[in-house]
Amino acid sequence: MAKRIDVSDLNVYYGGFKAVEGVTMTVEPRSVTAFIGPSGCGKSTFLRTLNRMHEVTPGGRVEGKVMLDDQDLYASSVDPVAVRRTVGMVFQRPNPFPTMSIYDNVAAGLRLNGVKGRKKLDEVVEKSLQGANLWKEVKDRLGKPGAGLSGGQQQRLCIARAIAVEPQVLLMDEPCSALDPISTLAIEDLIGELKSKYTIVIVTHNMQQAARVSDRTAFFNLAATGKPGKLVEIDDTQRIFNNPSVKATEDYISGRFG
Amino acid sequence: MTTSTTASPGPSAGSAGASASGTSRAGATSAATTGAAATPPSTRGTAPTELGHKARGRAVKDQLARVVMWAAFLLALVPLVWILWTVGSKGYHLLLDAQWWTNSQRGITSRREGGGAVHAIQGTLIQGLTTAAISVPIGILTAIYLVEYGRGRLAKAVSFMVDILTGVPSIVAGLFVYALWVTTFGLQRVGFAVCLALVLLMIPVVVRSTEEMLKLVPNELREASYALGVPKWKTIMKVVLPTAFSGIVTGVLLGLARVMGETAPLLILGPYTKSIATDLFGGLMPTLPTMINQDRTEVLQPAVDRMWASALTLILIVLLLNVAGRVVARFGSVKR
Repeated sequence: MAKRIDVSDLNVYYGGFKAVEGVTMTVEPRSVTAFIGPSGCGKSTFLRTLNRMHEVTPGGRVEGKVMLDDQDLYASSVDPVAVRRTVGMVFQRPNPFPTMSIYDNVAAGLRLNGVKGRKKLDEVVEKSLQGANLWKEVKDRLGKPGAGLSGGQQQRLCIARAIAVEPQVLLMDEPCSALDPISTLAIEDLIGELKSKYTIVIVTHNMQQAARVSDRTAFFNLAATGKPGKLVEIDDTQRIFNNPSVKATEDYISGRFG
Repeated sequence: MTTSTTASPGPSAGSAGASASGTSRAGATSAATTGAAATPPSTRGTAPTELGHKARGRAVKDQLARVVMWAAFLLALVPLVWILWTVGSKGYHLLLDAQWWTNSQRGITSRREGGGAVHAIQGTLIQGLTTAAISVPIGILTAIYLVEYGRGRLAKAVSFMVDILTGVPSIVAGLFVYALWVTTFGLQRVGFAVCLALVLLMIPVVVRSTEEMLKLVPNELREASYALGVPKWKTIMKVVLPTAFSGIVTGVLLGLARVMGETAPLLILGPYTKSIATDLFGGLMPTLPTMINQDRTEVLQPAVDRMWASALTLILIVLLLNVAGRVVARFGSVKR
């Protein structure tokens, strides 16, 4: 059920400001692709165009093509809401719904999209929480508020919530940057397991994390503040970290930059 | 899977190395600072007093600010306690009488004792709740528009109008409805006309407070919902509004408390009567504020007693509504 993403010559704008310019890349199914680069280089912005979340920001628009297998995400007949059901997202800060219990948080995606039936929901909630390695920790307190969990548990709850709607692709926008090392390790292990089922794209500021979890790595950079961010190169993670073909990548990775 | 597990020890060693270098750097800086502190032992006498000086200056300011704040708080408390004490002590004994809650003032002159306020209580509740039933939906929907949808000129215009409406004196609202209801349409003065005037006063309160509460809902929650493929309207209904629920209820109650104590439009559109009148479209409707106003002009003791008692009753009703609102807000609000 994982799908390939083909991006060709994509420009992203916020109002009159060009945030990202000319990205062309392929994201392989059932693999982890990491985006690295300095702050403000547009990697998060670009990530958000993969499920049309950038349109939530007023003035956000794109030029170019994003193909999910053979479906153009930006074709005029495509509903952005449907895109987001297919391409899920996990955010930087854990954001469980504060009015809902753990159970309701995981079931939220299905429930809000009209799925009813306790039995079906029970199944999905257990499966998703197990998928997010959280089931054992919370199975006795599913009725308790989701906001009462620790930060790392909350983030895994958010991952469970995202995979409960069975997306084809999972986008993760710095999912560990608000977490301690132990929770980070738990999430990284989880990413390693999830990639057997999903296409995963992860933005990270932590290069060791990119090296640990990803199969392919894309390096983004920007010429100067106020200029649009660009994709410098994308390659196998091993190559990017050991023998990158562009000098800027090597400079960034070896810490001589940014 | 296997690659990730085999890969994890290496990088974790790497991160350990990084943290080790970090600590060594931190150790170096701390060593430098201790070194700096240790080298000039001769100036040891001045350094601590300097530190002491700054701390003392700030402590004085802290104490001053504390005293000023407490004084302001107590000052604000004086009129509040005074009002409650005056109204309570002068009004409570009539409230202990069962007929206060069951009888009207029909056939009771200001010379006579007895009778009750049930006609005015009913009038106040009916008018207050009718006003709320009209203004709460309009107010909340306006706030949702302003926060979630409103962009550009129309939203600015709406926001500006709400500001103007906030500043409209209540007597102007009353006169406006009078001009419309009685002068233009030639209708009788009835309870519903009063409600319309009160709606004008309540809407801006509800809009402003709801707007603030909706703005407090973190954008991340909206994004989390969108990312699950939930449409915007459903996100607002199921995520944004429940998160802001208790704040919205508080705002609505503040608005309700304001209109229930409102008097000017009532004097114009709904003068006092002494009999029970529960029909919003059937003529004049007595209310607690107009009852207070009526008895205020009397010099005879029974009427004066009734004035204080109805004032206390009004305070109690507003208090009860507030408590009820808090209880309602507790359900379905943010869980901790």
